[in-house]
Amino acid sequence: MSLDLLTYLFIGGSFALYIGIAIWARAGSTKEFYVAGGGVPPVANGMATAADWMSAASFISLAGIVSFIGRDGTAYLMGWTGGYVLLAMLLAPYLRKFGKFTVPDFIGDRYYSNTARTIAVICTIVISFTYVAGQMRGVGIVFSRYLHVEIEMGVVIGMAIVFFYAVLGGMKGITYTQVAQYCVLILAFMVPAIFLSMQVTGHFLPQTGLGATLESGKSVLTTLNELSVELGFAEYTAGKKTTIDIFFLTAALMCGTAGLPHVIVRFFTVPRVKDARISAGWALLFIAILYTTVPAVAGFGRVNLIQTINGPDNAGTEYAEMPSWFKNWENSGLIAWADKNGDGKVKYEAGAAFDGKPAFGEGRVNGDESMQRITTNASDSVNEVYVDRDIMVLANPEIAQLPDWVIALVAAGAVAAALSTAAGLLLVISTSISHDLMKKTINPNITDKQELMYARLAAIVAILIAGYFGINPPGFVAQVVALAFGLAASSVFPAIILGIFSTRMNTQGAVAGMLVGLVSTMAYIIYFKFMGGSSDQWFLGISPEGFGTVGMILNLIVATVISRVTPPPPEEIQHIVEDIRIPRGAGAAQSH
Amino acid sequence: MSSNNSSAQAYWKENLRIIMTYLAIWFVVSYGCGILFVDALDQIQFFGFPLGFWFAQQGSIYVFLGLIWAYVFSMNKLDEKYDVHE
Repeated sequence: MSLDLLTYLFIGGSFALYIGIAIWARAGSTKEFYVAGGGVPPVANGMATAADWMSAASFISLAGIVSFIGRDGTAYLMGWTGGYVLLAMLLAPYLRKFGKFTVPDFIGDRYYSNTARTIAVICTIVISFTYVAGQMRGVGIVFSRYLHVEIEMGVVIGMAIVFFYAVLGGMKGITYTQVAQYCVLILAFMVPAIFLSMQVTGHFLPQTGLGATLESGKSVLTTLNELSVELGFAEYTAGKKTTIDIFFLTAALMCGTAGLPHVIVRFFTVPRVKDARISAGWALLFIAILYTTVPAVAGFGRVNLIQTINGPDNAGTEYAEMPSWFKNWENSGLIAWADKNGDGKVKYEAGAAFDGKPAFGEGRVNGDESMQRITTNASDSVNEVYVDRDIMVLANPEIAQLPDWVIALVAAGAVAAALSTAAGLLLVISTSISHDLMKKTINPNITDKQELMYARLAAIVAILIAGYFGINPPGFVAQVVALAFGLAASSVFPAIILGIFSTRMNTQGAVAGMLVGLVSTMAYIIYFKFMGGSSDQWFLGISPEGFGTVGMILNLIVATVISRVTPPPPEEIQHIVEDIRIPRGAGAAQSH
Repeated sequence: MSSNNSSAQAYWKENLRIIMTYLAIWFVVSYGCGILFVDALDQIQFFGFPLGFWFAQQGSIYVFLGLIWAYVFSMNKLDEKYDVHE
């Protein structure tokens, strides 16, 4: 069977499975729509959380990032897993006991204030839309490369599928679809990783394979270090970022993870407080399977990439002899080559081969189909090759010449990762609009049925907007992702923590804290990401991605000081706080 | 009511102590071994990895996992002890 046919089969088959599950798990009430009726078993919830959490960024981009920046990738690996420790111990059990549907529900009720609720709603919607845009781009990349359809068509197909199960099934449909999607994506990540590990080192487990010794007598990491230095890169196992920057970035990603509304809301779906803790344990187990494999995939992938492009003697390879994946990704615009020294050999070295992203001209050099694509913005650097980080995971099986079914499986896995996260985020957006805005703020008199209708309408609108971003991706996707984590870490996360661990925290303190955290973090990110601030102006050398930690600290200080000089919260609020600290009596999630 | 209240407070205090202990380990392993002392630990070889690099990119994740499950078991026991389980 050809690769195209296999890919259609794998992706089509997985779609049929998701739709089948969606029909089986339709939602009938708002409670089923928002929190799956509060009856999801912890293991299933752990799997769904893992699929919800591991987006196109984890599946497609993470190994690519680690592969290209080596040890500095640590911040992402630890940041995106360590947050679950905070979730399990500081947030999930108490929010489950509180027993409402959403994060703004908690903030609005705990701080007895619609201002606080509205700030939380705005954060929730901004964070979620930021994320969705990235997912749709992931779907677009996969469709355009493997199914040879236009990116637009790919995004529309993806939208139609998500529409089907998110709008019909709500949280219930999404949860059980995500369980299936987790299975597809983890299989799709592990199978090629194990193949690669066996091929390069003979180890079955990629986790130990990365430490193995190669036939040359050197370890994989030593080989990587030597190759990197020879080509002018920094050593793979040495970091380039400053310690303080890595420290703050890791903290921002951890606290941001714990403050992401679409992750938190998953812990509202289990029956008991105990189950909220247990599902955090399962979730991290399922996530760790992928995350501990990522460094291995990154390392093997980098060795393979360098050796394939530069050849065994590290002198470069004739373009005509480059394998077909190189040309295929060139067609997608994610690989580009400019023959700067005119020797006809493709040579990869340190430095940016092009000024920014490569710009392509019409057709190929000399109008010859066997030549490379014309590029128009080659830089002065000696490096001739541009490789987009995002293709590392997708191209790995091709670079390593794995069988076609593995390549098709990876494509299906990438789509599963992107769709599962997109669905979770769309649900959070629609819930925020129908429940937190319509029901709780604008018109409390609407019936359950009307609220459900608003939720479905909001989901449709959200899907259309997400689709628009997928077809016309904003040029600043990477920048706004920093914004999402910064916002979550500096506003939502501290407000929830203080609401649980301080009975004295009141409206004034929480609102002032959230505003200070939000404004300082946004101002810093906007100044450095959009208004051309340069890195030598960084506060204490902290990059904009890591500034969420500073925003969080400011939030905590301001909230504490303000709450001490203003009246304590009403007695019944203090009772609520005492109540959420005791597990017994959680019951099912309630709207009132 | 008052005995109920003091038992609830004792439960909360023990919970906080457990959280502090586990978060101290969480901090030392991730921010300590993986970031602050990573260069010193890199001098030690561990199954083919420099030890600091291993902690930063794999070891810390295993410890996180262990911590959450340890917390689950500690809290299940504590809930039983104070009779607040469901």
